[in-house]
Amino acid sequence: MTLRKYLVLAGVTVFSTAGDSLLARGMKNLGSISLHNLSGLVLSVLSPFVATGILLLLAFFTCYMSALSWADLTYVLPATSVGYVLVALIAHFGFHEEISPTRWLGIAMIAAGVGFVAAGPSVTPCHETRDSRDASSENVTAGVKS
Amino acid sequence: MKDAYTWAAIGLVIIASTTGDVLLSYSMKRVGDVAELWKRRGILAVVGRILATPTFTLGLMAMGIAFYSLLFGLSWGNLSLVVPASASLTFVANALAARIFLHERVSRRRWIAALLVAGGVILMAI
Repeated sequence: MTLRKYLVLAGVTVFSTAGDSLLARGMKNLGSISLHNLSGLVLSVLSPFVATGILLLLAFFTCYMSALSWADLTYVLPATSVGYVLVALIAHFGFHEEISPTRWLGIAMIAAGVGFVAAGPSVTPCHETRDSRDASSENVTAGVKS
Repeated sequence: MKDAYTWAAIGLVIIASTTGDVLLSYSMKRVGDVAELWKRRGILAVVGRILATPTFTLGLMAMGIAFYSLLFGLSWGNLSLVVPASASLTFVANALAARIFLHERVSRRRWIAALLVAGGVILMAI
């Protein structure tokens, strides 16, 4: 794991959290959308909150694809949940919002989970890429058992 | 009725996003390390190779379905139910799917992590 890879994982975290928050905010402003009114769903992208949210989610997607090109799905995915922790910590230390004991427990569980994964290997060694397909064939059997 | 719609949307988000994640992860593993490919062959080669992977397009479509299902869910149900319910169950579903379809080594360490994160996400929303 190099600094660049940690930066990509940080991008996954920050962009997904910011994007989701803006989307949620935008959809709340629009109110309920029913199956009979599908045009409302399509037009929702014209709201500035939803539009900015989608742009940030595109940035997230770029980082996410980059991360998935060198790390396992089960390694990258927990990183996306660090955002919940960040939002709560910013709310508490930045805006002095109260955080209930259950939420502190949730923060601790997410942090512990992410720490668990981050301490382990980032990729299962048996994955084939186009360039290493021939070279890695002898590793395939080693990767299956666990 | 609104409840049934909400849970149907949550279920769809879980299935679609797990399918999408697995397909995208599979595609990117076939493409290989993007940064190295970029350095060697340029950005166009990276984009070209990604777009030439059929499972990438399928994964993108699944993600699109998940995205719109989430928008549906958010417009019907509470934010504090829809987001944590779909997010936490997606972590568990993804760990299962990664093991079965991607043959990732989901060690005990990663299972504990998936369950801790899923539980933590639920607690954060209460």
